[in-house]
Amino acid sequence: MTYDPDVKYQKSHEWARKDGSLFTVGISDYAQDSLGDVVFVELPEKGKVVQKGEAFGVVESVKAASDVYAPLSGTIVEVNTKLKEDPALVNKEPFGAGWFVKIQASNPTEYDQLLSATEYEAFVKGL
Amino acid sequence: MKRTVLYDTHLSLGAKMAPFAGWEMPIQYPAGPIEEHRLVRRSAGLFDTSHMGRFRVYGPGATQFLDKLLTARLSDLFVGFSRYSLLLREDGGILDDLFVYRLGEEEWFIVVNASNTEKNFAWFQQWASKEGTIQIEDLSFRFGMVAFQGPRALELLTQITENEKGERWTPPERFGWSWVRIGKPKGSLADRANHSDASTKVRCLVGRTGYTGEDGVEIFPPWDRTPFVWETILSSASKMGIEAGPAGLAARDSLRFEPGFALYGHELSEDITPVEASLLWACDFEKPFVGREAVSNRKEQGPKEKLATFVMEEPAVPRAGYPVTDEAGTTVGRVVTGLYAPTIDAFAGNAFVLPDLAISGKTLYIVIRGARKKARVVKRPLYKPAYRA
Repeated sequence: MTYDPDVKYQKSHEWARKDGSLFTVGISDYAQDSLGDVVFVELPEKGKVVQKGEAFGVVESVKAASDVYAPLSGTIVEVNTKLKEDPALVNKEPFGAGWFVKIQASNPTEYDQLLSATEYEAFVKGL
Repeated sequence: MKRTVLYDTHLSLGAKMAPFAGWEMPIQYPAGPIEEHRLVRRSAGLFDTSHMGRFRVYGPGATQFLDKLLTARLSDLFVGFSRYSLLLREDGGILDDLFVYRLGEEEWFIVVNASNTEKNFAWFQQWASKEGTIQIEDLSFRFGMVAFQGPRALELLTQITENEKGERWTPPERFGWSWVRIGKPKGSLADRANHSDASTKVRCLVGRTGYTGEDGVEIFPPWDRTPFVWETILSSASKMGIEAGPAGLAARDSLRFEPGFALYGHELSEDITPVEASLLWACDFEKPFVGREAVSNRKEQGPKEKLATFVMEEPAVPRAGYPVTDEAGTTVGRVVTGLYAPTIDAFAGNAFVLPDLAISGKTLYIVIRGARKKARVVKRPLYKPAYRA
């Protein structure tokens, strides 16, 4: 199980990577492992405004459909169109090529409230 | 929660276990269900199916007795062969679908769905109590059951299997079965070591049957020796360079869906008759069977709904329970199986819909999270079983 130390997490298992006020968002290695083979990812249109904690997409594995929640409020400025062709990228590279969206944060301080890799790992181990 | 004799084996292989029909079963192994599915189509996969129910029915009149309870004709089935059948209530509702193996003139081996084992046993007992001479034995914990399926399954199995005379085993034709002994290949170190032959060879019933659309076998070893058979198959495969690995229930579901096999609780239930399920081929109307009148009547009246196989035209994952509508949004049915079908690389499923929509080429809409997604009814099967020329 990998806990990328360069991103921050929320308890619903999404991560956010900071690049100025732009944040790349995906799901954790633990999340993809629990879901199993991902067969489809439903993502929003560019320009959609989301609130922190709001479901913005759905990840469908062989097993089940699960909502994906925004770790920060803001505007979706980019979606990972590669997931349409190859949803298994979420399993293969959850912290890399398997990212979901990029959010232009409306309140970048929300990032500070997210869990560090160490905190998230402790949370996961307690599940 | 019940566990099969292979429970520890699954854990050591890194399986994800989940409840299924009262059993804790391997849903998938680390390779994942899609790769496990592809492995079975490409080479060979090994499944633990020990959760299924296994009965022996025997005694004077056993053949006539079962012939009356089952929709398939049994009187013309030779000893050494097996057949698919349905078990119906008097009103035509499907109690189960099963496989019957003829062990002797008046001796039968029956494999039923795990979820229906107790119900079926009680049903057989109830009818047998009127006869007096028929014995029904639940062998579910006396024998294990594994399925070894795929184009290279028999190639491997013939290397580790002897017939009862100790000669090399020749597999029976499709739906045939035989008693065999499975163990390390003859002349191997294990054989030449101080082990007696008995400890390295396990007597099993092997049927050339399966639920994947591939050639292969279902193997019934004594319950306690099932892990030995499992490990012998996997270790021999790696020694012989035959690609093989374990496959879980998730792969089993997509493998059975593509060739059009029904799964109880999805395509089959007590509320459905063989008419709706398109299983009239499994019913022999030339002989009496429990439920025949009701099914004949339903056939004449025409069913209210029929099973349709569909493929999504818009990318979206259908799932069991989702409503089906027409273009106007009127509900016309419900999805009973929905998944990603790896071999045809499409999202697909089965639905019960109004009969005039269960025709290939028709358009259906599957309601997925409130949005109607277009699907097209297609001919079954999506994948033609390899053994059907």
